[in-house]
Amino acid sequence: MARIAGVDIPREKRLEISLTYIFGVGRTTAKTVCDQTNLSRDTRVRDLTDDEVAKLRSWIDANLQVEGDLRREIAANIKRKVEIGSYEGIRHRRGLPVRGQRTRTNARTRKGPKKTVAGRKKARK
Amino acid sequence: MPRSLKKGPFVDDHLLKKVEQQNAANTKNVIKTWSRRSTVTPEMVGHTIAVHDGRKHVPIYISEAMVGHKLGEFAPTRTFRIHSGQERSARREGPGA
Repeated sequence: MARIAGVDIPREKRLEISLTYIFGVGRTTAKTVCDQTNLSRDTRVRDLTDDEVAKLRSWIDANLQVEGDLRREIAANIKRKVEIGSYEGIRHRRGLPVRGQRTRTNARTRKGPKKTVAGRKKARK
Repeated sequence: MPRSLKKGPFVDDHLLKKVEQQNAANTKNVIKTWSRRSTVTPEMVGHTIAVHDGRKHVPIYISEAMVGHKLGEFAPTRTFRIHSGQERSARREGPGA
C-alpha cells in the first residue's frame, strides 16, 4: 500500500496517473513529480519499493501544497473575499458564478438544480 | 494576465494626492472619487473612500485585507432587487451579511 500525503492509496495504476488521485496534483504536476524524483512514469505503484515511496513522499512534502493544506488555503481566500465585500466575495455569497460568466442561462454548477418560476409565459411567436 | 510588477500598482494621481494630503494632515475625511480603476494601496488603509457606482458615491472603509484590490470591486454597479412574483423563498443569502 502506497500512502502518500495523508490518506491516498492509489494502486495498480501507472505512477503518473496514481498521483493525480491526490488533491492538488493533476497530470502536469504528476509528471513533474516523476521527473524530479527520477522515477519512471510508467511503473505501477505496486511495483515501487519502500525507498521510492519515501522519496515521493518527501519530495511532495517539501515542494507541493496538497490535500488539507490546499483546501484550507482555498477556503481562506474565499472567506477573505467574502469578508471585505468585494465583487467576487458577493458572488460567492450569492452562489453565483464569480468570473463573469453569463447567468441568463446555464451556470447550473453554481446555482444548483433548476427552480422553475411559476407564471412564466411560454415563448410566443 | 496581471500587470507588470515593474510598473507597480496603478493609482490615479488625483486620488493618491488627496490620500497623501490627509495622511500629512492626519485627518480622516471621506474622499469622494470616480476612480474605480485605482488599486487600493497600503497608504489608504484606515481611510474612508466614497467610490462612485455610476449613480452615487458608496462610502467604503478601507481595511488591511483590501490592499491589492481595485476600488471598483467594492462598489457594485448593478442593482438587482427581485424578480416579480418571487416574494416567497426569496432572500436566501449565504452566511455573512
